[in-house]
Amino acid sequence: MHNLAELEKKINSELTTKINNSEIKHDQLYLKIDKEDLIDVTLFLKTNKDTKFRQLIDITVVDYPEDSQRFKLVYLFLSHEFNQRIILSYRVNENEVINSLTSIFPAANWMEREVFDMYGVNFKDHPDLRRILTDYGFEGHPLRKDFPLTGHSEVRYSEDKKKVISEPVKLEQNYRNFDYESPWTGTRYIKDHTKNNEKKN
Amino acid sequence: MKKKIKNLSLNFGPQHPAAHGVLRLILELDGEVVEKADPHIGLLHRGTEKLIENKTYMQAVPYFDRLDYVAPMNQEHAFALAVEKILKIEVPIRAQYIRVIFCEIGRILSHILNVTTQALDVGALTPSLWGFEERETLMTFYERASGSRLHANYFRAGGVHQDLPAGLEDDIEKFCNSFPKIINDLEDLLTDNRIFKQRNVDIGLVTKEDALDYSFTGVMIRGSGVPWDLRKSQPYDCYSQLDFKVPVGKNGDCYDRYLCRIEEMKESVSIIKQCLAKMEKGPIKSQDGKISPPPKKELKQSMEALIHHFKLFTEGYRVPKDEIYTAVEAPKGEFGVYLISDGSSKPYKCKIRAPGFSHLQSMDYLIKGHMLADVPAVLGSLDIVFGEVDR
Repeated sequence: MHNLAELEKKINSELTTKINNSEIKHDQLYLKIDKEDLIDVTLFLKTNKDTKFRQLIDITVVDYPEDSQRFKLVYLFLSHEFNQRIILSYRVNENEVINSLTSIFPAANWMEREVFDMYGVNFKDHPDLRRILTDYGFEGHPLRKDFPLTGHSEVRYSEDKKKVISEPVKLEQNYRNFDYESPWTGTRYIKDHTKNNEKKN
Repeated sequence: MKKKIKNLSLNFGPQHPAAHGVLRLILELDGEVVEKADPHIGLLHRGTEKLIENKTYMQAVPYFDRLDYVAPMNQEHAFALAVEKILKIEVPIRAQYIRVIFCEIGRILSHILNVTTQALDVGALTPSLWGFEERETLMTFYERASGSRLHANYFRAGGVHQDLPAGLEDDIEKFCNSFPKIINDLEDLLTDNRIFKQRNVDIGLVTKEDALDYSFTGVMIRGSGVPWDLRKSQPYDCYSQLDFKVPVGKNGDCYDRYLCRIEEMKESVSIIKQCLAKMEKGPIKSQDGKISPPPKKELKQSMEALIHHFKLFTEGYRVPKDEIYTAVEAPKGEFGVYLISDGSSKPYKCKIRAPGFSHLQSMDYLIKGHMLADVPAVLGSLDIVFGEVDR
């Protein structure tokens, strides 16, 4: 498909029930689907002759702790043939298990390991789901919004024990998050004045 | 008499000169043949993405220098473009040229390092001595523009931090005239060198299909014969007005990737020359006072400038709620930023797509069946920098 609007139409007509929402902005197509349809939609995008999204660029997660479905999984696809990008996303709960894309894109292997490491999202049928970026024996999932920026433990070399030991983080000064956003909303008498004016009009 | 032969597990790195940083590679060897490679990464993990979520948009820029620290400004470019697209601000043409010049300088910096250290890995010392002299010159250009050799912190949403100092354009021009000779000297040493070819030709073969499946980008995919360059296919800044070629390999082996890099350096020199010729005087950052800090001389006289300055460096500018993926052609491949803004002055989420991450992932596929001595050659041609792989 040579332009995004045609592509959007095509995908919507071929996968009618599977696409919950589609939108074009910033020259990219944003698709929202259900968790169960991931494999079908991906296979369609990869193999169909009018889409040919042959490359999985990245997989990531966005954490919204307040929402009922906490995580938003995001998949970025690229089609060289038609020079288009798709951003595919769906929402899941904290303890849900997700289908792995490793059988369709071998590149998904490390990307899913990273998602597992950073957010604690579990994948089904993944050949080798281990932590990847964090240290051996690390606990917790650092990119979750409720994980503190300073972390829980730090490591140092202990001269007494002659080995590297792990201790709870001790900071000379705690991390301070200043709220710089303007508290200024205007004084009361100006507010009342404008309100009265609006009423008159 | 039957002898039982057991596979040998070998721990390669994390402190090994050919590991190009802190890579720990667990190799399973059958004699000298590699059966399996399991890269352990994350030894340089600093939590960049988490830190960026806690910083304003302007404070986030220096973290991008520290990803691929061989070509810092290319990364800043991706972030600046992402923010600009959300804010819908125009970048003055002079700033676009400056950014392209420094991105191409970054490309040369990265390719010199890669080509020469790859030669070093397979036994040639001289190229690195010659190449690093040129890198030093290029880094002084970085220093003169931004104040620091490596961690530039120079690109801003809406332009660049400050204009080029007097005389820098002429010196870059001089460099562009002298550098092609150095590339030729390097080529004389390597391109037809018997040992270099024996170590690189037909090593680390990648087919077109596999290059796509393993999410290869940049030289890794072009070496396998896919003509794909984001500067051409999805041009950003002023790349669409520049004339340059995209070198493409044939066989997809380490040698073809080396040749691609050499040709790309020549193209970069020509791009820089074109930019210098087309560049005119003018503003170097967005004139919107809500986004770009005011010039220092206005601070003493203008109340408005003072307020803007204060607000920009405490609260920072706010970015409307949006979601975007922006990619640039970094020297190592497609470097992307997936940014989610929530209307405040800090990003809600900033995922960094590093090309090296997917390249290193394919190590097992690339090295299976090769000899142990080929590991450094393949690793060298993957062009790995751990700052970006580990993030």
